[in-house]
Amino acid sequence: MILQSLKMAWEAITSNKMRSFLTMLGIIIGVVALVVLVSLVNGATGAVTSEITALGNDMVTVNIKDDKGSPIRLEDLDEIAALSAIGDAAPSGSMNATAKFGYSDATVSLYGTTPAYYTIQGLTLKYGRFLKSTDIENASYVTVLAYNTAQELFGKADVVGEQLSIDGRNFLIVGVLEEDTSLFASLIGGYSAYAPFTVESRMADEPYVTSLAVSPAGNTGETESQMDNFMLTRFHQDEDAYHLTNMSSISDAMSTVTGTLSLLLGGIAAISLLVGGIGIMNIMLVSVTERTKEIGIRKAIGAGKKSIMMQFLIEALMVSLMGCLLGLALSWLILEVVTLVAKTISFSMSLGVVLLAVGFSSAIGLIFGLYPANKAANKHPIEALRYEG
Amino acid sequence: MASGKPIITMTGITKIYSVGGEEVRALDGANLMIREGEFVSIIGPSGSGKSTLMNIIGCLDVADSGEYILDGQSIEQYSEEELAKIRNKKIGFIFQNFNLLSRMTALSNVELPLIYQRIHLSERKEKAQRALDRVGLSDRSSHKPSELSGGQQQRVAIARALATDPAILLADEPTGNLDSKTGEDIMALFHELHRAGDTIVLITHNEEIASQAQRRIRIMDGRVTEVGA
Repeated sequence: MILQSLKMAWEAITSNKMRSFLTMLGIIIGVVALVVLVSLVNGATGAVTSEITALGNDMVTVNIKDDKGSPIRLEDLDEIAALSAIGDAAPSGSMNATAKFGYSDATVSLYGTTPAYYTIQGLTLKYGRFLKSTDIENASYVTVLAYNTAQELFGKADVVGEQLSIDGRNFLIVGVLEEDTSLFASLIGGYSAYAPFTVESRMADEPYVTSLAVSPAGNTGETESQMDNFMLTRFHQDEDAYHLTNMSSISDAMSTVTGTLSLLLGGIAAISLLVGGIGIMNIMLVSVTERTKEIGIRKAIGAGKKSIMMQFLIEALMVSLMGCLLGLALSWLILEVVTLVAKTISFSMSLGVVLLAVGFSSAIGLIFGLYPANKAANKHPIEALRYEG
Repeated sequence: MASGKPIITMTGITKIYSVGGEEVRALDGANLMIREGEFVSIIGPSGSGKSTLMNIIGCLDVADSGEYILDGQSIEQYSEEELAKIRNKKIGFIFQNFNLLSRMTALSNVELPLIYQRIHLSERKEKAQRALDRVGLSDRSSHKPSELSGGQQQRVAIARALATDPAILLADEPTGNLDSKTGEDIMALFHELHRAGDTIVLITHNEEIASQAQRRIRIMDGRVTEVGA
């Protein structure tokens, strides 16, 4: 019987293709809106979250605004690194400088730091080596370039052993980092280079550490509070003298925001699905009236209320599910294209959102099909047979 | 022939409609007996209660009072669902305007009542094909109603009525929408079915058509009388 109802529904739908398609369009648009919006938000969230993790999710950074007469020196970092909840500490002085090689030049961000920076930031090398402690002690004019910096200046990446000038000083390139293909890198852009802190601080005329990064020994929260305590003691309980940033708190805030966002967008999409459902009901009501005679004939030759009800309900359900399938296919296509265009982020439909769309569409088909189907089932056979439409 | 078992037994059937606050007795104590294998015509002008009688015989409607026994089963205040089942099994309707479903092929139309009997595909196809064979349309089974002539459409409708092996064939002005030549062909088909043992009740206002039946019953102002046999 179900099989027969499916066949009948299919015949009814295909007998008026244009109308069926237009009815489905409401559902198609609703499903596309739901799936694409939620998938976009999820994709972006996933990308950003993994970026933050890649940046050193557990890293805590401190920026010092006012040293209160007791500035932090490079030697003080050993004291910080010795704290129980802190793994490593590294300064991250920075300045803008002009790097030159032959006729090409570029404005680079020159970071003055120590070897510990490599693990704290989670960097990876492509060629050569990172800074060594002897480079710091000797204040050697050596530098490690970011991949894109090397490309920009030399037109190639393997430039270990080459010389270049930064703000008029000659540097020996000792290493090149792996290419950074992350979203942040492409958003922020720019070229970076790393030099010993002792060299950079001299060039920037800033002998003290004004910015530093620490990695936790265990719990990031503990690291943060210990760091906070240390700074408070150092700067006479003035919490405005410095600013502490915890990457995981950023990602937490981020996920709260995106969670709310996907709920909001999903809600809006759900409304358009609802409108699609009303479209189905509208057309089903028209269809029931148009097919009054058919209902009369079917009843005369022995179709009961239940059979008629089932027939129209399945028809409504089929319209909404076909719309849902087409919508899912279209969403998939859209997401593929967006992924292709966005390059760095891959957007895909999660099983959850697909199930949500299918479930929602079925519910809408059933709910909005119920009234027309009931109307059809309750037609009196004699009057229905007499109907001339 | 008259000794066959009774298929339809009506005693004191009354049906009252209220039209604009006024009571209309469409049937007023009608008595009727039709036996198995009979070919009976019911004749009456419009407004005579003919349609009401047909609806009650066809179990599309239920009488207000009186007793109606169809094929040994008393038809009382059944629910719509139950009446539908009875119609499906015992009545084969043939309408003036054929009432075929235009989207479906001839075969699918004939299959329809069998679908509601939940008969399996292979058996259904076989029965439907056999019914089409009986009306001489074996070669038109995959045609849609719009591709068939009026006479052919009515034959498909008759095949649909025959498909379930009903207790009676109930034909309502079956030749009303056909030209006289085609009408004669259809009547010839009825005679053939009658000879084969089917019970036929033919409702008409046309005396000439009615006179072809074995028995004539006249209905006037809700009362049923036998026309001299």
